Amino acid sequence: MNEFLLIFRRDFTTKEIQPSPEEMQQHFQQWQNWFGSLAAQDKLARPLQRWDGQGKIVTNNKNVTNGPYVEIKESIGGMIIVKAKDYDEAAEIAQNCPILNLGGNVEIRMAVNS
Amino acid sequence: MMEKELIPNLFRTEYQKIVSVLSNLFGIHHIEIAEDIVSDTFLAAAETWAIKGIPDNPTAWLYTVAKNKTKNYFKRNDVFEKKIVTEIKYNTPLNNPETEIDLSEQNIADSQLAMIFTVCNPCNSNEAQIALALNLLCGFGINEISDAFLSNKEIIYKRINRAKEKLKEENIKIQHPNSAEINDRIETVLKTIYLLYSEGYYSTSQNTTLRKDLCAEAMRLTYLLIQNESTNLPATNALMALMCFHSSRFEARTSENGEIILYQDQDELLWNHELIDKGTYFLSKSSTGNTLSKYHLEAGIAYWHTQKKDSPEKWQHILELYNNLIILEYSPIVALNRTFALSKVNGKKEAIIEAEKLNLTDNHFYYSLLGNLYTDVDNKKAHQHFETALGLAKTTAEKNIISKNILQLSFF
Repeated sequence: MNEFLLIFRRDFTTKEIQPSPEEMQQHFQQWQNWFGSLAAQDKLARPLQRWDGQGKIVTNNKNVTNGPYVEIKESIGGMIIVKAKDYDEAAEIAQNCPILNLGGNVEIRMAVNS
Repeated sequence: MMEKELIPNLFRTEYQKIVSVLSNLFGIHHIEIAEDIVSDTFLAAAETWAIKGIPDNPTAWLYTVAKNKTKNYFKRNDVFEKKIVTEIKYNTPLNNPETEIDLSEQNIADSQLAMIFTVCNPCNSNEAQIALALNLLCGFGINEISDAFLSNKEIIYKRINRAKEKLKEENIKIQHPNSAEINDRIETVLKTIYLLYSEGYYSTSQNTTLRKDLCAEAMRLTYLLIQNESTNLPATNALMALMCFHSSRFEARTSENGEIILYQDQDELLWNHELIDKGTYFLSKSSTGNTLSKYHLEAGIAYWHTQKKDSPEKWQHILELYNNLIILEYSPIVALNRTFALSKVNGKKEAIIEAEKLNLTDNHFYYSLLGNLYTDVDNKKAHQHFETALGLAKTTAEKNIISKNILQLSFF
């Protein structure tokens, strides 16, 4: 069994595409059920961690700016570490991730144990 | 009250109080001396009261005799000088312990709290902690404890003695825990008390009175923690709420001949509404601070189960609570219950997909759940799953329930 980092990204800035409060409520329930489902399969490799939405950016000239947004519109919404056999299984897990319903995406990285 | 009942009742309530106070005085290394003195006191009560009649205040009588016996022990034994005196100096601020054996309500409560933290020390296994708790904190004899564990006396006797030896080896102090220690260890203490409760609630022992006693004792210990300001924490109240909600269904969950009656088939009139109200009270007391313990979540689930009527709201809440619970700590039974709640919210088809991912193939509850979910969706598959469950089930009570499910399938 390997461990995979799943990073959730979506566009949090473009006003027109942000979900309504009702949609957000429903979206939140989808996340909860998805996490519940993963936990029920004993696939969570670490306890869940919530991340602050603001963040800071350090650019290559060592400037520190507010907000997680650089040139691209997408930013990280969160990340989890799951247990999976291989990339195929990790991708299968990610295919049910609610971020996809809001036009986001999931980046997957396998943990390397030297 | 008849004398015949009086002494056993006093034994149940007072034995552990006096043992706690004296153990506090003597320290863990001489805990047997404390137990001997208290046993002697009860023996004296039985003999004296049979001849002279019951005193006006039997409890006060016991305390006085226990005090005198302790003082006499101090006088007679030079062991005291050599060994215990250092312990006493450690445990009590008083310089003259010979005259101060404090059996006031406050000192009893403080001593019991110190004893709870000693008994629930994680240096002993959970099983050993529970046996020791029953013995030292609840005044249960070896006979009752072996009955409760469905085990033989010899094993229980050894288990308790080994647990005591372990506390001595590790030099565990009997002392009032400070707030840092309480924070560190309250989780272990609550876990032991909850296991003690579950032992009573889920035990397959036929002795209903004994099982109720175990539950009542677990609740008494929790109440003791609630009465003490330093341990009156949100999690403690949540555990109390959980036990109240569970206990409210005690009468309804088994039939007269000891068969388990499932939640949906229970007679609501047999639910104890006084306990449900108490549970609601403690649940509201538990909702302070910002820690959400697993007892909060389990109490929340138990609360929604006291609402017999099905509603989308009810099952949505239960599912959310199960989601949080399984994220907090994985357990197969929670995974199965969560999937059942999911079927109530999002329907059987989705729940079947989720259930089949759980892969708990050595668990008969897993196949019972699948059987349940497939009922009315694909009765042939439902039948197969129930048959597998039947093959894996261990107790007659479990087998009976599964057989009933199979029988119901063939009717429709």
